[in-house]
Amino acid sequence: MTALLTVDGISKSFRGLKAVSEASLTVPQGGIVSLIGPNGAGKTTCFNMIAGVFKPDEGSILFDGRSIAGLRPDQICHAGIGRTFQIVKPFKDLTALENVIVGALRNESSTRAAKKKAESVLDQLGMLDKRDQPAAQLTLPERKRLEVARALATDPKLLLLDEVMAGLRPTETDQMVAVFRDLNRKGLTILLIEHVMRAVMALSQHVVVLHHGQIIADGAPEQVVRDPAVLECYLGEEAEV
Amino acid sequence: MIARLLDGVPKRALILLGLLLAFLLVAPLFVGNYILSVLILVLYFAYTGQAWNVMMGFAGQLSLGHSLYVGLGAYTAAALYVHFGIGPWAGVWIAILISMAAGLVVGFLAFRFGIGGVYFALLTIAFAEFTRVGFDHFMWVNGSGGFFLPVAQYSVNDVLNLRGSPTMFYYILLGITVLAFIFCRWLLTGRIGYYWLAIREEPEAAQTLGINIFRCKMIAVAISSGMTALSGVFFAFYYNNLFPEQIFSMNRSIELILGPIIGGVGSLFGPILGAFVLTALAEVLNDIMVALGYELPGVKLLFYGFCLLIVVMWLPNGIWPPLRKWLRLGERL
Repeated sequence: MTALLTVDGISKSFRGLKAVSEASLTVPQGGIVSLIGPNGAGKTTCFNMIAGVFKPDEGSILFDGRSIAGLRPDQICHAGIGRTFQIVKPFKDLTALENVIVGALRNESSTRAAKKKAESVLDQLGMLDKRDQPAAQLTLPERKRLEVARALATDPKLLLLDEVMAGLRPTETDQMVAVFRDLNRKGLTILLIEHVMRAVMALSQHVVVLHHGQIIADGAPEQVVRDPAVLECYLGEEAEV
Repeated sequence: MIARLLDGVPKRALILLGLLLAFLLVAPLFVGNYILSVLILVLYFAYTGQAWNVMMGFAGQLSLGHSLYVGLGAYTAAALYVHFGIGPWAGVWIAILISMAAGLVVGFLAFRFGIGGVYFALLTIAFAEFTRVGFDHFMWVNGSGGFFLPVAQYSVNDVLNLRGSPTMFYYILLGITVLAFIFCRWLLTGRIGYYWLAIREEPEAAQTLGINIFRCKMIAVAISSGMTALSGVFFAFYYNNLFPEQIFSMNRSIELILGPIIGGVGSLFGPILGAFVLTALAEVLNDIMVALGYELPGVKLLFYGFCLLIVVMWLPNGIWPPLRKWLRLGERL
């Protein structure tokens, strides 16, 4: 499989604190890759570099054969990457439908077409009945789904999901997993940050583990969860008896 | 295009708007000169508030220096008329262009370097203030001594040169206000409207959805300043005298944003309602006080303050949004 996204040795420091250090990962075309790691490991910083919020201090990011490191977030969107935010950022005063229309306008030439597109995306995520509710009145799981809907409406080739399962009940998680599986079957490539292992194990073909800004493991999910280095970073070192 | 303008607007709203328009159309036939002058003021603030609302209400950029665009528009059209005999209908385009250019300079400096919120507001005040000082010494338009348009008694209304009776000014302004209302509705229901609201609500999320924030903000400031220039042109030809001290003053900037704030920032009808409440009620109150035998020069300001207090405390979104909900007129009017 060819790589859709190739991140090669990116680093980022904040006032001397190295948040991410020489991280590399590859997301194959049509694949689902999970980025996991303890809190503060640098996962969101990695995402923010890919999504154009921060420019990496060093390293390169290739998307679809083209370097995207240092582009603005709107240019990254035009390149074909959609993202959701860990801390949801809905347009609160707009209705759910209007929220998604904003995303749909990225590719649609008229507001009428964008509206149609937004309706179909909301339907896909099972949110069509909420279309006229202001985003401020949605529950957290609904807002998370709205984040996904908005990003999907821009027709991305690659979707970056930042902890969209956090705070969901197990049945809701399974619903979301089903939605992403379906999208993936239709050709969407996904890179997700996730803590909910239920989702990680069910979805990903490949797992990358980040700890203290460095990648410590990289492989198939079953293999990674048995990796001693990974167990150590989550549970601590085994005590010498 | 008409379908887009009317999409989601209930019939009730159209009927109410139609009634209001009909009332405003026939009003000059029944009211005296004084009430007519009050109505002109109401429309003036309704229109200017609408223009300011494009920036603050739609795109979320607080400008406290809109007197800059009023003043530039007024002085440009007046100077062209007095010095070169260029009539207001031609001059207005140049006035709009000059105001837009000024708006784009302010916008570029702010948005290019990521200045937002209060700092943007301060920048707009600064520009208005130093333009005022500049015009105080700009002898081509008579500096601080004031610039005057020739006044004469006209037996007929000279629409081409905007010389005539208050009734003529009233109808011209009414036309402009109605067009501005439709224009803003058109903007708000289009692509740029969605982009502005997205930027106002969550700039970071908006950018992630592919919106070029800088460009959208520049469009907002250009449209807002251009529209505001038109109020300036009207002001110049209606009042016939311009003083930098007055027209560029910060008080003017504040005065013209009170209407939309009290009516409802970000709504389409809010600025119009706000202008009616503030200007019309303030005048009525003044009249009542005079009729009761109390001459209180400050009563209008007291009323403004009172309105602002009520709105800030109980109606933070302005009078119009709750009223709109009560009348069930939809969310986007």
